[in-house]
Amino acid sequence: MHALKKSLLISLWFMFLTFPIMVIRVNTIEHTVIWRWNNLILIGIGSFVLSLIWPWALRRREASRAKDSTAQAQVHILDRLAANKNILRTVIVALLALFLAIPLLGTTYQTNILISFLLYVILGLGLNIIVGVAGLLFLGHAAFYAIGAYSYALLSQYFGLGFWLALPLGGLIAALAGLALAFPVLRLRGDYLAIVTLGFGEIVRLVLENWSSLTGGPSGVSNIPRPGLMGMQLDVAQANIYVYYIVLVMAMITIVAVARVKDSRIGRALQALREDEIACQAMGIDRVGVKLMAFSLGTAWAGFAGVIFAAKTTFINPASFTFFESAIILSIVVLGGMGSNLGVILGAAFLVLLPEYMRAFSEYRMILFATAMVLMMVFRPQGLIPARGRIYHVDDPDAHSSNGGQA
Amino acid sequence: MHAVLDVTAVSMNFGGLRALSEVDLQVHSGEIVALIGPNGAGKTTFFNCITSIYTPTEGQVWFTPQKGERTRINGMKPNLVTTLGMARTFQNIRLFKNMSVLENVMIARHCRTKAGIIGALFRPAAVPREEQEIVEQSYALLKYIGLHTYMNEQASSLPYGAQRRLEIARALATEPSLLLLDEPAAGMNPQETEALKHLVLKIRDEMDMAILLIEHDMSMVMSLAERIYVMEYGCLIAQGTPAEVSSDTRVIKAYLGEDAHA
Ligand SMILES: Nc1ncnc2c1ncn2[C@@H]1O[C@H](COP(=O)(O)OP(=O)(O)OP(=O)(O)O)[C@@H](O)[C@H]1O
Ligand SMILES: [Mg+2]
Repeated sequence: MHALKKSLLISLWFMFLTFPIMVIRVNTIEHTVIWRWNNLILIGIGSFVLSLIWPWALRRREASRAKDSTAQAQVHILDRLAANKNILRTVIVALLALFLAIPLLGTTYQTNILISFLLYVILGLGLNIIVGVAGLLFLGHAAFYAIGAYSYALLSQYFGLGFWLALPLGGLIAALAGLALAFPVLRLRGDYLAIVTLGFGEIVRLVLENWSSLTGGPSGVSNIPRPGLMGMQLDVAQANIYVYYIVLVMAMITIVAVARVKDSRIGRALQALREDEIACQAMGIDRVGVKLMAFSLGTAWAGFAGVIFAAKTTFINPASFTFFESAIILSIVVLGGMGSNLGVILGAAFLVLLPEYMRAFSEYRMILFATAMVLMMVFRPQGLIPARGRIYHVDDPDAHSSNGGQA
Repeated sequence: MHAVLDVTAVSMNFGGLRALSEVDLQVHSGEIVALIGPNGAGKTTFFNCITSIYTPTEGQVWFTPQKGERTRINGMKPNLVTTLGMARTFQNIRLFKNMSVLENVMIARHCRTKAGIIGALFRPAAVPREEQEIVEQSYALLKYIGLHTYMNEQASSLPYGAQRRLEIARALATEPSLLLLDEPAAGMNPQETEALKHLVLKIRDEMDMAILLIEHDMSMVMSLAERIYVMEYGCLIAQGTPAEVSSDTRVIKAYLGEDAHA
């Protein structure tokens, strides 16, 4: 009863708050005022229901968390799915077959969407090394995406360099730029690092915009050649499909490479850096070296993605690489689950595919975005698929309990 | 018996605060030495100075690893000091909290292994072999310290006493010639403290290393240490065997004075 009264009050309050924007519409030309009363009713009902559900959902979450701590068996369904090797393998094979077949079955439009999805997977996985694994809050990823794209555009414009040469070069240039950024920010952490990297991103964009003699300024670079297939002349649709397969292979390489890095001596050093910088040094890890490694490893992938992006669109300008882009990539990592590769792929699917397929709601895109973020932070702050530590097995003849430890 | 650690006239200033003033201290190979003193005396600061977390304002720190030359280490990077052969634990436990118990020890093998980024990406045969070795050596250390059943648990989920022991295992994994323990018994119950005492002795005897230990538990200090240094307000006020130190009037005054406050 108390809850009902409270919800009623909340809905009244919301009706009052939104009254000026949702109900009154003033037509300044005809000097009439339209009263949209049905909007008021909708808002009232909506906020009433939401405010009823909200505390209930919070309580449910608290309850499930309490259960979690008492019995660890209560694992989220996503975690359980991700943990099962067989299911995982089947899903991967099925997805791979689907992804291989899509350009042959689907339309150019669909192929295009998937290309941008895969590009974001590459970008997200790269950023995941910096943010998720090494724990460095990094807000300038789009700058390195831009550096990769402009590397290819300018190298081909001025030196006639082909796509296949530009691809590794673009990655290398982006990695070097990552190093160049890393040196001055070695001592920074957390918010400070975020601000500096954000600034760096803007600097790169402004340079691209204003150095007109080299980069073409705000109008960008056009007529960037598409990748050639052994001298064959491809029409636009074919070239698109070809780019799709390139980016698919590149995404798979990224997935494998990032997983390998994470699960290596270097990867462990990166995680140690995230956990505790002083202890990390006291364990004999070179803090500076590892930080530089994190930056260059992460930004190199942005460079690769940039080259492919330039080759796909054949036209680039600085407007494609704004802070908004960095924010989306960061959201992919946070939403998917920091440090978790599978999570990043899901996050990319969520943030890139959903808006595309829900064009009907495109006006409300930012609202949906923000709502999704808030809901995530409240109900699943660790991301869709949180990073899980690796389970190690050691053959130890005189300790049977070793595998029995409840992991 | 050579001096593994030879500290001469080390001082440390934080702005106007003189946290250490002309401290001289030696640790010889195979020795267990204790550094004691009231709260805020500068003991942890001393550890931070010799492990290069801080750079001492004045003075010299010389370190002679088991198989190596006498090296001046003040001002050196902390990771290089560890690589030379000095390992430590922290008073305010600094484990890698979100990583597993085994991984905590594996990280400490970093300075004794060498797989780089190319190795990580292409995995030539030597790299998986090295990884396997890291896992096995780390597991062996966990077993030595008695934490192997928790190997896949998150480090932060361990009970307090176990976390302190894990810090020791992690320090041992760097293969030190000198082990620095900062209040290893803090927060432990009497049984755990007793077990810790045996562990420290066992490490010294079986692994052949020198140990320098900061500790407030006097029974532990008196039964473990061969020599004791006493510090107050950043100055050494006494040194010698447990018997000598416990009858020193200045030490008694320092400790009784502290008691009188409390
Ligand atoms: N980074 C620092 N900056 C400024 N002052 C510091 C710093 N580190 C330590 N101090 C000061 O130096 C003095 C010695 O501190 P330290 O931590 O070395 O004492 P301690 O002997 O380890 O004490 P405890 O037994 O409580 O651990 C204290 O007064 C402390 O406030
Ligand atoms: Mg201390």
